[in-house]
Amino acid sequence: MKTEDLRMLKEKALDIRRLTVEEIAHLGIGHVGGCLSVIEILVLLYYRHMTHDPANPSREDRDKFVLSKGHAGPALYAVLADRGFFPKDLLYTLNQGGTNLPSHCDMNKTPGIDMTTGSLGQGLSAAVGMALGHRLKNLSGRVFALIGDGDTNEGQTWEAAMSASMYGLSNLIAFTDYNKMQIDGPSEKIMRLDLLQERWESFGWFTQRVDGHDLDALDGALERACAEAKRPSMIIADTVKGKGIPHIENDYTNHNMPLTREDAEKVYAWLDRCESELEETNREVQP
Amino acid sequence: MNYVIERAAQDEQQPEMRAVYGEELVRLAEEDERIVVLDADLMRANGTVCFRDRFPERTFDLGVAEANMVGVAAGLSATGLIPFPASFSCFAARRTFDQFFLSANYARQNVKLTGSDPGVAAAYNGGTHMSFEDLGLMRTIPGIVICEPADPVSLRSLLPQIAFRRGSSYLRLHRKPVTPIYAPSETFELGKGKVLCEGSDLTIIAAGAILVAEAIAAAELLEEKGVSATVIDMHTIKPLDEDLLVRWARTTGAVLTAENHQVQGGLGSAVAEVLGEHCPVPHIRVGVQDEFGEVGTQQYLQERFGLTAENIINQARRLVEKKTGTHRERKGA
Repeated sequence: MKTEDLRMLKEKALDIRRLTVEEIAHLGIGHVGGCLSVIEILVLLYYRHMTHDPANPSREDRDKFVLSKGHAGPALYAVLADRGFFPKDLLYTLNQGGTNLPSHCDMNKTPGIDMTTGSLGQGLSAAVGMALGHRLKNLSGRVFALIGDGDTNEGQTWEAAMSASMYGLSNLIAFTDYNKMQIDGPSEKIMRLDLLQERWESFGWFTQRVDGHDLDALDGALERACAEAKRPSMIIADTVKGKGIPHIENDYTNHNMPLTREDAEKVYAWLDRCESELEETNREVQP
Repeated sequence: MNYVIERAAQDEQQPEMRAVYGEELVRLAEEDERIVVLDADLMRANGTVCFRDRFPERTFDLGVAEANMVGVAAGLSATGLIPFPASFSCFAARRTFDQFFLSANYARQNVKLTGSDPGVAAAYNGGTHMSFEDLGLMRTIPGIVICEPADPVSLRSLLPQIAFRRGSSYLRLHRKPVTPIYAPSETFELGKGKVLCEGSDLTIIAAGAILVAEAIAAAELLEEKGVSATVIDMHTIKPLDEDLLVRWARTTGAVLTAENHQVQGGLGSAVAEVLGEHCPVPHIRVGVQDEFGEVGTQQYLQERFGLTAENIINQARRLVEKKTGTHRERKGA
């Protein structure tokens, strides 16, 4: 990736992290941890790889995205608002009665959402169906999916994994937001997912493992996945639940937590520092 | 008996419902390229092998993984296709309920789920495979269409309506040979019950291949004994034809429902809900009385659970007595 592209994505990741925190802090409570661990993956998809058209969100010749961990909806809403699918003001209606932005993704309510999700384990099956549908209809659009540790606990995810491999769905590229935390504690203590890469490989998927907050590394993995011609791809992204709010990072109670104004202010201060650092680095690399 | 429809020739051989289902899907798919078929390793049982032979690229056998099958169907629907996933009704309803509820119905997709071998039709597969609860589960899903055709003619007429009505549906499909009921020219409208014969003493409302045939046989025998029954084939269980139901409940003053399902949650419950609100008349529910299924021949099981013309006759006479009794009590008061 070109240096300026990487710089743009890094800046975008900071913007989206800030917007997501603003959105949840406005309500005062939300799925903070799992929203903040997926930011870089979403930014990479929506600002570099996916074809989409905010003016016509349902056009047939586009890539599609299934957020199987539907509770990370608020992070995706921040991306969609920033990309122009709907006005940013809408973000402040999150979870309010009558809103078009429910806690979990709803394709019938929110422009740009390609599949309704919320019961873990169901997203990958739907993505398999979409990938089969694209192939049957000769559509070039790829199907991207993002699953979490909780999804990975669900048996249905492994049924979907079998079927994607059986049908050789190279147009299906999935990420695991491997933050290693779930609601009741660290996955290590609740339901171990060790040998995760070997598991996906043994199910016949082209599997890679990268740092899920390293945009350059993620991009490399995604490029290789897009070039894979025969198998579905899984990119296991090592992430930090709550990434960007240092005092809650990796605290499993951050799954669904109150987010006060003061918390938010701390995050903005941290994001400001990151931004200054990024600008500093940019000045250094420029002649 | 006062039939208001043309009956099938009585010497007609008994056709298999699954064969009609498979043939009809092929016919629909020839007209419309959006039709696709999914199964969970039961294509031979569900009669869709002919579809796979004709449209291999539009057939997806997902193996013994019903939850994934329904999720994949929802994904196919999201790309504009019209998927028909099928399994035995016990698995289609119980095992995939969350997937069908959420990925298909809540997501407003167009998934045409078929559950075959309902209730006692599971016969030698026994209690594990005997769905007496699928209608109860399905009826709680908002906006869904639930249909249980009684014979090949009604299946042929209703299947295209199910296919081309936007939204998800549950087709409760008897797959084995059935008694032909309707003349080939008969047509059906989704959501509108079919009155087979008109009588004045009670209304028998039945659904499905076994109970509609038993209800007709019962009505014929009742007629000989001086009891005149209206028989309605309520092929669409949701949305229920409330107008027709209330009209005939008023006319005859007594309703008997007959179903190959628990009396809780199925046709009997659906009818009782409407009668209770709009036309409370004496009502007896013939069906499985809060029991699990068991193994045996279909004939044995029909007798075991009272899903026979004989039981319908006995209950009908009880019902007519109850109605007269109520009438007398009211007069006395």
